[in-house]
Amino acid sequence: MSEGLSRPAAGHVPVLGLGDVLLVTLQGDLYDSTAHRLQQDLAEAIARSRVTGVVIDISGVEIVDSFLGRVLAEIAAQAELLAARTVVAGMRPAVAVTLVELGLTLPGLRTALTTEAAMELLARPVVPPRSGGGREGGP
Amino acid sequence: MHTAAGVEARLPIRSDMDLVWVRQHVRQAAAQLGFGLVDQTKLVTAASELARNTLVHGGGGLMEATHVRAGGAEGLRLSFSDSGPGIPDLERALSDGYTSGGGLGMGLGGSRRLVHDFEVESTPGSGTTVRVTSWATRPPRQRGAV
Repeated sequence: MSEGLSRPAAGHVPVLGLGDVLLVTLQGDLYDSTAHRLQQDLAEAIARSRVTGVVIDISGVEIVDSFLGRVLAEIAAQAELLAARTVVAGMRPAVAVTLVELGLTLPGLRTALTTEAAMELLARPVVPPRSGGGREGGP
Repeated sequence: MHTAAGVEARLPIRSDMDLVWVRQHVRQAAAQLGFGLVDQTKLVTAASELARNTLVHGGGGLMEATHVRAGGAEGLRLSFSDSGPGIPDLERALSDGYTSGGGLGMGLGGSRRLVHDFEVESTPGSGTTVRVTSWATRPPRQRGAV
């Protein structure tokens, strides 16, 4: 890390375009307002750049509470509506343990251990979403 | 060996910026008292949930952090108080899935599972105080190389 202390990330989170994917790296402790703004910025960025995937790297995030968990789930849901898949990458083990104990398992969220693994996951052909009712699209 | 300095604090909870200070203070205090990484993460997450309740449902308030000791164990007690409308049905508020705000309904019931002791006092019309305590599982002293 370039800065010694984990400074609160006020303002806005940069969104980086990498081919068909938008890469977002969350660092340190986010203000609620910053997370909300990211959610809106991402929807617009997906529509504008017509990417098919979003990778959110949270390896620099020390805690995910129910607020940030909900923002991540909503980002994934809105991306899905805009024809892009979201992968949350690099969750710290202590964060995973805590989220499960909190009761927040975020079943709709795709995850990968690293950003590289997330990019590979997005490069694979799209697997139809699990469940989702009995719509038969033909074989 | 451990002084209260750096652990004990009274922090206002008035905005989402204050939530950041609450989390950072709890993280530092828990680390100073020898909490392991998972226990720090659980306590900071619980503090974040409870401080957000204080802000959103209580209209703002205060967190007090206190260093507690029992039988050689080091602990951290956090008290979140507000003078908001109170919680009319505590049992319901503590059950998973209950939400009166915009969250996922994990706030109170979920944070209870992340700490060792959890007490809530609420009087409709005059406010709510939630007091949680967690203990560092091991004494906060460095072991030499094995």
